[in-house]
Amino acid sequence: MIALLWLVPIALCLGAVGLTLFFWTVKSGQYEDIKGDAARILHSEDHPIVHDDD
Amino acid sequence: MVEINNIDLNCPSGQSTAQDIARNEANHDHDETQFSPYVQTKANGDQVIDLMISGAHCSGCMAKIERELATLPDIRIARMNLSTMRLNVAWRGEQTNASSIVAKLDDIGFGAKPFDMQMEPLHGKNELKSLLRAMAVAGVAMANIMVISVCVWAGIDMGENTRQLMHILSGFIALPAVAYAGQPFFRSAWRALKNKQTNMDVPISLAVLLACALSIYETYHGNPDTYFDAATMLLFLLLIGRYLDQRLRLKTGESAQRLAAMQASNASLVTKDGALTTVPASMIKPDDILLIAAGERIPVDGEIIKGRSTIDTSIANGETLPAPFGVGDMIYSGMINLGNPLTIKATAVSSDSFLSEISKLVEAGEQTKSKFVRIADRAARAYVPIVHSLAVMTFIGWLAAGGSLRTATLNAIAVLIITCPCALGLAVPAVQIVASGRLFRKGVLIKSGDALERLAKIDTIIFDKTGTVTLGRLALINADILGKDILELAAKLARGSRHPIARAIADASGQGNVTDTLEDIMGEGLRAKIDGKIIKLGSADFVGAKASSEDTQVETWLRVGRAKPIRFVFKDVPRLDARETIEKLQGFGYQLELLSGDTENMTAQTADALGLKNWTGGVSPQDKLAHLESLKANGRFPLMVGDGINDAPALASATASASPASAADISRAAADIILQGDKLSGLVTALRTAKDAQKRVIENLSLAVLYNMIAVPLAIFGFVNPMIAALAMSGSSMLVTLNALRLARH
Repeated sequence: MIALLWLVPIALCLGAVGLTLFFWTVKSGQYEDIKGDAARILHSEDHPIVHDDD
Repeated sequence: MVEINNIDLNCPSGQSTAQDIARNEANHDHDETQFSPYVQTKANGDQVIDLMISGAHCSGCMAKIERELATLPDIRIARMNLSTMRLNVAWRGEQTNASSIVAKLDDIGFGAKPFDMQMEPLHGKNELKSLLRAMAVAGVAMANIMVISVCVWAGIDMGENTRQLMHILSGFIALPAVAYAGQPFFRSAWRALKNKQTNMDVPISLAVLLACALSIYETYHGNPDTYFDAATMLLFLLLIGRYLDQRLRLKTGESAQRLAAMQASNASLVTKDGALTTVPASMIKPDDILLIAAGERIPVDGEIIKGRSTIDTSIANGETLPAPFGVGDMIYSGMINLGNPLTIKATAVSSDSFLSEISKLVEAGEQTKSKFVRIADRAARAYVPIVHSLAVMTFIGWLAAGGSLRTATLNAIAVLIITCPCALGLAVPAVQIVASGRLFRKGVLIKSGDALERLAKIDTIIFDKTGTVTLGRLALINADILGKDILELAAKLARGSRHPIARAIADASGQGNVTDTLEDIMGEGLRAKIDGKIIKLGSADFVGAKASSEDTQVETWLRVGRAKPIRFVFKDVPRLDARETIEKLQGFGYQLELLSGDTENMTAQTADALGLKNWTGGVSPQDKLAHLESLKANGRFPLMVGDGINDAPALASATASASPASAADISRAAADIILQGDKLSGLVTALRTAKDAQKRVIENLSLAVLYNMIAVPLAIFGFVNPMIAALAMSGSSMLVTLNALRLARH
């Protein structure tokens, strides 16, 4: 049963990490254009979306 | 998850629809400054604008737009959102570059209108995000607690201390999760209780809170059963429903806004020093002086202060034929100036009797509509007292039967937990999400869930004529008798005018040139000199003919020199699918009526063409309203379909109402459903979907009741343990959701 003492915290930490990542995806607006993002990956663009010329 | 994204699978890549083109026609002459009010300047010097794109349907269009815009100089970001059809562009340089971006889009076949970023439904979006976060928290908590619960149930040889450790762990996960993820329910329940009402969220909150409280108590005393898993699972399932519901509502709202933004026009403002500037119509203030060029849509309500012209008023009163207007007359946004340029003074809505009267009637109508009680709330009102008295009776019953105080309390709480209306809370929203999603894909925007419920009750359908069953456009019907030469001669004059009759002649003869000797005599007709002969096209009096008495159709006359006048006859063309739609609706047994503000003759003609037996012409907005009220008083449930300002009160007061996308703002706002595209057939889909949805709702409610009939006796007699509660609640929730999903398969 000693195993529980480190397995349970690890399990909970993994859950917390997943949740934090999910919060980050929500915050960075990754669910705002599901349709567009799904399609965008199929189009090979030969130019960057943002021009970093400065 | 319900897929509600695809609006159109067949992509006519980059082709604007006829409607879009017609709409863009009026303000096609791009003024360099017209987009400047919408451009925002960022801190790093970038200029940013959001554009609403029309004509884009698929990922190919998206890629094309982004690729083409990237070829313009100084463009830093061009990113299109395919879900909201909005394009975000950022560039370095002048604000006026926006017009070259729009011109570029125009070139590659897409329409673009600036989006007012202040119109963004930020509140709804934030709420959606917080629901998503709450859902994630509940989900993670549920999954972790389930793992622990499985250990507890499976670990037969688990020692009591280990079990208690497991419960404590569950509690540590569950309590913060419930405190966070339960907020949407707790808040809504609290609001309802403060107003001395109950809704579904009251028993939900109560069950969740009691389950947690009971579990804490049991854990503290080292007892074997806790309900932490049930509490978090309940929240997770309900949050899924809540999230989908909110997402769909936001989407529908955005689409409605998009329609409004697409129709918003620009106005030519006359500044104090007499110069002309183009400003968005939304920025016009009362007492601003505006110039309305010939052929322009009136951007805001106003009073004519200079000029005389003929105006297409069909949006206000349903009349197909335009009427002359002069100084002092009121004109309304949406009307079209057909003749000469006009100068108008913008007025506030309240200062005008016609519109304020209409708004008052609309408001009154909406109040009667808001009295409609949703089926879920009706269920909740019956449900809450029954459940709570059952719990009390269980408590008293156990005490009377000699049970201990603890047993009585435990069983009473078990009753409250097991009756938590999880299935009931999902039963109605699940159906409505699926039904609205299905309609959304077919181009029908439905504004609220209760509109769907009201739509299911409809037995009578009242149509407005102009702009609803017809396109509000005249068509020449005796072209064959007239012959090609006569028609071409008339068209030489007609092409130079915007009058609907002239447009009809021009349409019938096809492309060609206009005579350069054309004179437009307002309110009478057109005159020109071709090959030395005076040619007149216009009213019977104008050409010197005797008005035909044999019938009362819309007519115009052509006279070449002193020859005998020739008669042209017209009719109002119905929408392409109007007849088919009406036949289908009649087939389903709906009573149909045509109610129009246009003249008796025009109405009779249209009714005849569409096979409608009941029709009334020359009806005022008040009469329309009175007619609907009398139908309702006779126990009927009317659906009003209309587009004009004059239909708005009727739309608001009808049991349910629909507007085509081209309708006046006030009508679109008053209507429950909006039919996109130039089609009426969405109405059939909407009515059938509403009926199907109603059936599913009733089935789902029955399933929920059935579940309670089995589960509640178990709880009352103390046979419920957390495993039974979890199985029963998730099982019933799955059942109602699956039943709702059956709707999507049609």
